Amino acid sequence: MRRHHDMGGMEAGPVDRAEHDYAPWEKRVDAILRLLSDPKRRILRVDELRRGIEDLGPGAYDELNYYERWIASISNLLIEKGVISIDELGRKMAEVEARHEAERAKGGRA
Amino acid sequence: MSDSHGHSHPHGQPHPFQPDIEDSALTHHQLLQLAVGELLMEKGIFTGDEFRRTLEDIDSRNPGDGARVVARAWVDAEFKKRLLADTAAAAAELGVDAGTIPIMTVENTPQIHNAIVCTLCSCYPRLLLGLPPDWYKSRAYRSRVVREPRAVLAEFGTTIPEDTEVRVHDSTAELRYMVLPMRPEGTEGMSEDELAKLVTRDCMVGVTLPDNPSN
Amino acid sequence: MSGPRFPVGAPVRIRRAWPPGHVRAPWYLRGRSGAICHIIGEFGNPEEMAYGRYDGPKLMLYRVRFRQVDVWPDYAGPPQDTLQVEVYENWLEAAGEEAA
Repeated sequence: MRRHHDMGGMEAGPVDRAEHDYAPWEKRVDAILRLLSDPKRRILRVDELRRGIEDLGPGAYDELNYYERWIASISNLLIEKGVISIDELGRKMAEVEARHEAERAKGGRA
Repeated sequence: MSDSHGHSHPHGQPHPFQPDIEDSALTHHQLLQLAVGELLMEKGIFTGDEFRRTLEDIDSRNPGDGARVVARAWVDAEFKKRLLADTAAAAAELGVDAGTIPIMTVENTPQIHNAIVCTLCSCYPRLLLGLPPDWYKSRAYRSRVVREPRAVLAEFGTTIPEDTEVRVHDSTAELRYMVLPMRPEGTEGMSEDELAKLVTRDCMVGVTLPDNPSN
Repeated sequence: MSGPRFPVGAPVRIRRAWPPGHVRAPWYLRGRSGAICHIIGEFGNPEEMAYGRYDGPKLMLYRVRFRQVDVWPDYAGPPQDTLQVEVYENWLEAAGEEAA
């Protein structure tokens, strides 16, 4: 069976040439991958990143944007490898969110 | 070739800049990115300094590097031979670090027009051209350029003569590809720097041709 | 470590196989015939590395040239148009001379 990401030769519409500049958070995802896969660390390989993206399934492939797929795959791999635990990730996400909301409130934009 | 945010717009088409995330609530994936990054630094897997330098390196890469390499190949036949034999070594002669993933330069000639795609993901010669444009990663480009390359090139305004071979490279594995376009006619008197300005990102992917300055 | 099984110019076919998992032989080329145009060298097997096993035997990697008209029976362009794709040796089998 053809897997969703393996799309060479499939029917598709015209190429949309509109572009966006990469957002800072997207570049940070890229930087995390480069560091985790560099020769100094070798914590994960780009092959594993791709496998993780493919295994997100067709729905995620269409609904998530490019770097959302990357960070989803990276997070899953770090959990699988025992580098980060689910518990600490959940706590850290809550902490980051609280800090961000406090910043927004201070800026009067919340 | 650079504008205020350090990104090359060789076609003069401005694109929307995404506002930074401080202005709105974080999405789930932005939260995930920030949390993973902080945890990896707390665990000492990389330092804040390494993270910052990696971000600076990403920002420093742009199609201008590839363009300098192409322009040199246009004016120096011996350099071109070295570029086709070993792209990273030739780029290093110009002070460009092309990285450790092998890049293969494929030369356009009157007989052959090359174009690059990655149908399985989005492999791209990032260290010579920067991050790929959105269309390179799109379903439409990845699906269609291997099956109807001439129709896709036409959407970019590019027509290749019927008696030329259109050669599409699908980067499925270890190599990354960069197209060495043909030097346009009417550029005989131009300096290397002037020539480099004619070399756009898209012509190094093979979906367009360098502008002829007399047009 | 052994040398490449296929020399440059050899007619080859991408195997008709559809295993699950992480595979780098594109679906659209399975069962299609072309010819070796470049022996790149030996690399880690992505089908193993994708699952965290980095140290297995290396695989020879080739670039294979396909005529578009051999890949797509309804190809709309001229007969000299081609595709060049990197393929690992485990996905290649010898093809008849007719494919060269």
